[in-house]
Order: sequence, then C-alpha cells, then structure tokens
Amino acid sequence: MSNPRSRFVTAWMCMGFAFLYIPILSLIIYSFNSNKLVTVWAGFSTKWYGILLRNEQILEAAWLSLKIGFITAWIAVVLGTLVALCLTRFGPFRGRALLSGLATAPLVMPEVITGLSLLLLFVAMEQAIGWPAGRGTFTIIVAHATFALAYVAVVVQSRLVGMDPSIEEAAMDLGAKPAKVFFVITLPIIFPALLSGWLLAFTLSLDDLVIASFVSGPGASTLPMVIYSKVRLGLSPEINALATLLVAVVAAMVVGIGLFSARQEKIRQRDIQMAIAANK
Amino acid sequence: MSRAGYLALGDQLATSAEPLIRNLVRLAPIRILLNLFGRLGLRGRGLVIFLPYAWLALFFLIPFVIVLKISFADQLIARPPYSALWELSEKGYLTIKLNLNNYRFLIDDALYWKAYLNSVKIAFVSALICLIVGYPMAYGMARADKAWRNILLMLVILPFWTSFLLRVYAWIGLLNNNGIINNALLGLGLIDQPIVMMKTDFAVYVGIVYSYLPFMILPLFTALEKMDVTLLEAAADLGCKPLKAFFTITIPLSMPGIIAGFSLVFIPALGEFVIPDLLGGTDTLMIGHVLWNEFFSNRAWPVASAVAIAMLLLVLVILYLQSRFQRAAEAP
Repeated sequence: MSNPRSRFVTAWMCMGFAFLYIPILSLIIYSFNSNKLVTVWAGFSTKWYGILLRNEQILEAAWLSLKIGFITAWIAVVLGTLVALCLTRFGPFRGRALLSGLATAPLVMPEVITGLSLLLLFVAMEQAIGWPAGRGTFTIIVAHATFALAYVAVVVQSRLVGMDPSIEEAAMDLGAKPAKVFFVITLPIIFPALLSGWLLAFTLSLDDLVIASFVSGPGASTLPMVIYSKVRLGLSPEINALATLLVAVVAAMVVGIGLFSARQEKIRQRDIQMAIAANK
Repeated sequence: MSRAGYLALGDQLATSAEPLIRNLVRLAPIRILLNLFGRLGLRGRGLVIFLPYAWLALFFLIPFVIVLKISFADQLIARPPYSALWELSEKGYLTIKLNLNNYRFLIDDALYWKAYLNSVKIAFVSALICLIVGYPMAYGMARADKAWRNILLMLVILPFWTSFLLRVYAWIGLLNNNGIINNALLGLGLIDQPIVMMKTDFAVYVGIVYSYLPFMILPLFTALEKMDVTLLEAAADLGCKPLKAFFTITIPLSMPGIIAGFSLVFIPALGEFVIPDLLGGTDTLMIGHVLWNEFFSNRAWPVASAVAIAMLLLVLVILYLQSRFQRAAEAP
C-alpha cells in the first residue's frame, strides 16, 4: 500500500469519511457548549441536557414516535414477509406482476407524493364512510406501515431467494403442512432478515417527517415534526443535545449487536468443536 | 453480523411462535374472521396473497387514483377544498366535469417549469458529485483487506440509522454566517468577513451530497467487490498501463453499480423537501418544496395534485431510462 495510487485512494477515503462524520461530531461537541449561541464556544456545560429532559413537548413527541414506530414495525414485518413469500414461493399467480410493482413502488416514490396521496385517501374515506374520523396516530401508522413494508419485502425477499429450497422441500415431502413448514423451517432461517427488516421499519418510521406531516392531524406531533418546527427557526442547543442522545443510542445498539453476534459465533464454534470431538 | 446468533434466536422464536399461533387461531374474533375469509374462498395460500394485496391496493394504488381525480377538480373554499368530479342529478343524469385548468396552470406559470427543471438540474449535479466523491471511496473499500472492509462498510451504513433531519440540521451549524466553518476561517485570519453559504444553492448541493453519498457508495462497492481482480493482472502482464486498465476494465465492469447508485441518489433528490427547505434560499426552487407550499401554505389541493401527477410522470420516465441503461450495461 505504498504506491502513489493507493496513497491517493487512502487519502480520498479519509476525506470522504471525515465529510460523513464531521457534521455528526460537530453536533455532539457543541451540545456541551454552555452558550445559547450554539456555534460560539463559551465553555463546557451539560445544562442543555437538563433543559431537554424537562421539555414536555419533546418528551411527549418522542414517546408518540416510539409508539408509532413500534406498531409500524410489526405491521410492516408481517405484511412485508407475506409479500416476499408471495413473490418467491408461490410461482406465477394472477396479479403477481402488479403486486411486485406495488411493493417496490414506495421505494422510489417521492415522499411528498406518498404523503399527499394518502392524505387525500383519508379525507375521501372520511367523507364517504366516516372512517377514519379525523387524523392522527392511526393514520400515521397506516402511512408508515405502507412504505416500510416495501423495505421489509426487499430484505426478506433477498434472504428467501438466497435460501436453500431443498430443506423446505424435504419437510414438505415428509408430510409437513405449508404453515408448519413456514414456522418450523423457513421462519428460523429468514429470522435475521426479519430482525433487520423490523429495525429498518422502526427507524424509517422514527425518522419520517414529510409523510407524517401530511397525514397527521392536530394533536399528533411526532418527534421529527417537533424537531422540524424548532429547527426552522434556527439553531437550538437543545436539539444538539437531543441529536447526541440519539447518536449514543444508535452507537450502543450497534456495539451491542456486534458483541452479541460475536458471542453467538464463539458459542457456535465451541459447539462445532464439541460435535467433532464427540464424533471421534 | 454473524448468522449463527440470529439463527439461534430464530430457533427460539419459532418454537415459541408455533403454539402461540395455533392458540391465536382458536380465539373467537380471529376464528370468525378466518371463517369469513374461508367462505370467500380465501384460505391458506389465497389468504397470504390477499392480505398484502388488499393493504397495498387500498393504501397505495387507490390514493393515486384519488390524486388523479382531484387534479381535475376545481379549487373551492370549503372542507375539503375541491369540487366533486361527477354529480348525479335528480333526474339520474351523470355529469362529469373534467377541469384541465390545474394542468394549464402548470404550463403557463413559469414557477412550475423552473421548479421542475431546477430539481432535475440539482438532482443530476448532486448525483454526479456523489459519483466523483464516492467512486474512489468504494474502490478503496473493495480493495481493503477483509477486516477493514467490514468496518468501513459499517461506517458508511451507520449514518443511516441516525436521524436524517438532524444530519441536515448539523449543516446549518457548519455553514451559517457565524457557523463553525466561518468562525474557523475568521479565527485563522484567512477571510475578513464571513462567506455566505447558508440559504444558497451551494448549501443545498452540500446537503444532498452528504445525505445521499452512502446510497452511491453501497452499490459501487458491491459491483467493485464482485470484480475479478485477475483481469487487471492479466492486463498488466500484457503491458497495459494501470490508468488505462482502470478506464477500460474497472469502470465498464462497475457500470451496473454506477447506474444503480446514480438513480438511488437522483430519484430521492428530485423530490427532496427537507434539504431545500432548511438549507436553500427563497430562490432555490425544487418541486417537492413547491408541492409542499401549494398544499400547506396555499391550501391549493387541486394544483398540488396536478404537480404530484406531473412529478410522478417524471419519476416514471427516469425509472424507464434507468432500466434501459441497466440492461445495456449488464449485457455482455
């Protein structure tokens, strides 16, 4: 790695990663600034964290966002997995192409269009059948589940395609019903995809501003909506503190999952060793 | 991430899920519902297809039909603020009123034209910058040794998991007149007065490139990692200079990644609302922002619907072009 070309690539990579991480680092550093003018350093302080944790509006919005994200993730995982199953295991059926199109379209649809169209649907439904009466948490969950399920479907589909079909076939040959095959064979194998799909749906929901703004009603403000209304007015040290907390949670989760899977890997290696020893 | 850990978890989940589902099916409301579906000829496979289909049709397909309908309606001062498209008169005559004014408005008013063209320009240039910045990064990642590769890949994906809104917000602090960059430059004595960066097109480009760079790097990395490195060795053995080999072998072989990355940046950038709203100036016209304003500030639902339909057509054209290019790039 000493010729000029690889030195160029290494230098470029360092700059690229600096570009990706400097903004996040700047948020974290200036969250400990005691000055109300966020970018003018006036000494170390953690007072903004205290103020943030006493801000009822932000806490309420965060709680609402977590609830919406949690419910959204479950709906999206169930429906997304069903879509993936239809598209990979059911062979050709009538309307398969349309289902495939419907399930991938939310991935490329601009958020403003998805948001607008869903709002107009909810308004039209309320006029026609009186349901859903008003908009709020429920309509946000429906909207989020609709676009998140597309992401889950992609993740699960790639896992189903990559999976060895002979295991399912063997179970079927031995007389297991399709539902049983799914729960006993397929589900455990695609479980990693379901877990990452769940986390993806949860994050997408937690992060969405545009669609939620369209389909929400008075009284239901999610965390991004509250952050947006604050950020529009300019910099706010509380938002820096909030960003730092969110980054800390994500980093802890990533390290946690890393440690967990490293431990599982060690257990698996030990089991393999023991199995080999036992068979000698 | 190790598969073994997930698999162990999966085993536990499956053994506990199966009896759970069996018992759930016995619950009265669920039994009645399943019975109802069964009478409609929906059981097993049919039900598995029906559920997601019904959801997507109701919450994704029908909404577009409604948008299309309202784009032909009149603006009214009422709740909801648009006229009905068809009316059944007392004598039973059905009158359908198609109003093309909203579309004529899009064509006549220069604001919309400018917004569409400007969005395409900003999205295109941003995707190009992402490609230039991202290609060497993806290249370096794909050629790094295995342990480093996973760490670098993790570092590219990690920002995804933190809030998009807050990452855009971070740039306000960096680019402001009294922001971090200007303060540093002033402190070093490199400039006398702050450089105006906020509320300009420059800030919008920075924001889009920053937010969507990972979308460019990931498909490039996948394409470059798959590449057979022995081709380059063969070219070198035959006397080909490294730079020439790069342009005649590496770039063409990574073309599918380039096209995938380009459209992954271009399409979301086109409809972007948050970045032009927070970082752009009043003269930064982008179509997603225009639609938002029509809807929320002017309460012009029919015009917003027409803007959405025109935008949808634009996205469809781009998707079509993308699939054409992709097929051409993958053909031997």
